[in-house]
Amino acid sequence: MALIKINEMLKNYPIGRGKFTALKNIDLEFEKGEFTGIVGPSGSGKTTLLNIIGSLDVQSEGSVEVMGKDIKSLSSRQSSRLRSEHIGFIFQTYNLLPVYTVFENVEFPLLLLKMPAAERKKAVLGALEWVGLIDKIKSRPAQLSGGECQRVAIARAIVKKPDLVLADEPTANLDAENSHHILKTMKKINEELGTTFIFSTHDAKVIKYLRRKISLLDGKVDKDEILNGG
Amino acid sequence: MIKFLAKGLLRDRTRSFFPILIIASGVMLTVLFYSWINGYAMMLIADNARFETGHVKIVTRAYKELIDQRPYDLGLMNVNEKIEILSNEYPQMHWQPRIYFGGLLDFPDDKGETFSQGEVIGFGIDLFTDSFERDLLNLKEALSNGNLPSRQGEILISHEVAEKLGININDVVTLIGSTMYGSMAMQNFTVSGMVRFGIQVMDRGAVIVDIADVHSFLDMEDSASEILGFLPKYDEDTTFEISAAFNKTYTDEEDEFSEIMLPLRTQGQMEFLLTALDERMGIFIFIFILVMSLVLWNSGLMNGIRRYGEIGVRLAIGESKGHIYCSIILESFLIGIAATIIGTAIGLVFSYFLQYYGIDVSSMLKESQVIMSATMKAQVTPASYFIGFIPGVIASVTGAMISGIGIYKRNTAQLFKELET
Repeated sequence: MALIKINEMLKNYPIGRGKFTALKNIDLEFEKGEFTGIVGPSGSGKTTLLNIIGSLDVQSEGSVEVMGKDIKSLSSRQSSRLRSEHIGFIFQTYNLLPVYTVFENVEFPLLLLKMPAAERKKAVLGALEWVGLIDKIKSRPAQLSGGECQRVAIARAIVKKPDLVLADEPTANLDAENSHHILKTMKKINEELGTTFIFSTHDAKVIKYLRRKISLLDGKVDKDEILNGG
Repeated sequence: MIKFLAKGLLRDRTRSFFPILIIASGVMLTVLFYSWINGYAMMLIADNARFETGHVKIVTRAYKELIDQRPYDLGLMNVNEKIEILSNEYPQMHWQPRIYFGGLLDFPDDKGETFSQGEVIGFGIDLFTDSFERDLLNLKEALSNGNLPSRQGEILISHEVAEKLGININDVVTLIGSTMYGSMAMQNFTVSGMVRFGIQVMDRGAVIVDIADVHSFLDMEDSASEILGFLPKYDEDTTFEISAAFNKTYTDEEDEFSEIMLPLRTQGQMEFLLTALDERMGIFIFIFILVMSLVLWNSGLMNGIRRYGEIGVRLAIGESKGHIYCSIILESFLIGIAATIIGTAIGLVFSYFLQYYGIDVSSMLKESQVIMSATMKAQVTPASYFIGFIPGVIASVTGAMISGIGIYKRNTAQLFKELET
């Protein structure tokens, strides 16, 4: 069964008295364990698509099912629960909580899940080990490099072992070396934990890691290609 | 989660320092103001009870109608018998007869002609049977010159009167008034001492003589203007209970010379003053909560802008809007508690200081008709330790509740875009 099923999806935004169509005629399916990039120029609808898959937004028409749940029928609380239990997010600008340590930043999603302290600690240390930051657990974000911050963000996204990680331009603020390091880390997590990764990106460096590339153009799927990523 | 939030508050001083500073300042003022008002009220009660009202007062109904004029001709008769009955019926209380009278104090020169003369307010109190009245009025401490009367025919006069009329210790002065039956009364007294109470209305013109002397001076044998009753410790409810029971038994609506008992609060301006103090405290706390809430609302809005990214991430990670809202209120509660503890501690330091030293307000009381000490002191009570928690915590939580509403207006669909900027 597909992890995500999108049928005849259309997304409009009201602009004045008219409407702006951000996405149209979207028919996509994502299987568990995919490592997929959504590419396209600015304004092509990449972020809107991620928003809808992440249940941060709802489609105007068509259907979107994530983990068997119809996104449009979810209440705000149910959407929050879907995100907290099944979806991890990685942002371009990391968005770590500056007053908390690396350990506490990664621990935060588990607090929302009310996981017991001992289990929490084990999971956080495990996630930080995955991203190679076990020696930085007491550091604050301000004491880390950009690459390290993004690795903390990855650890925060995967610590609850989500089925799906959505990453919006995760390497856009990183240099080449750090970008490769991050992508290798995500690829490793994808392969070893079976976590599904969906990126929005227009970074050429990312492409060679992808196993599937979906190209968006003017709100429509222009190409959907299977690659030999990694 | 509480531990997690508390860590954030402690580490992010801009999130906690400004609200704590505001609330602690407000709480400090509340505690100080409360202790001050409390001290003022207690001083007002104590001073008035000592000099004028007792904790309860028994007068005739006719006297009560004209009580401001102190018409001793409408006073109580058979006072010794009445006090005996009262002592049996209310053994926990102390009963003391007094006669208040107005008159002229005449100071003659060597030839026996008037050298100076002034109006005085006379206090006829029991100076010799026991030390109750002397202790109650702090006569020993109030004595500024000379001695307390040691025998009949001696008088204490206020320091100001003595200075104004040029009277010295051991001078003989003449009190001029009218008897209970309306004829002229004159009696000579020897000045044994001068007193200064620190209460303007008393210091302006009081003279104190033994009640037995007043009996003969005003032809009021076994009579008194009033009988004052004192509890071991003032308790308003008890005074009302005792008064109600007494009046049910002894007050006769048909007899204008039947007795009536008046609790302290119902006498003179006491009701007005004490109610005004209670109301002022309530108004102060209300204004405090309102102003602090507005300030903290504003502070919460600024904080919300500063924490926009953090709240966005939390929403994206899966924290519900309700949970974030509750966590912000919980943070504000923790801030409110911490700030209240700090503010209360500082407020108590100032309150204890003012309880010990007080502030001299004599210059403001020169024309005052209210019996009130010239030194106003605060009074710390157990409630002083807790009073700040009401406005402190309410203001903090209310401010957060209003400013936190913005979370519900946050458009989740824009989170990715917002967080990338």
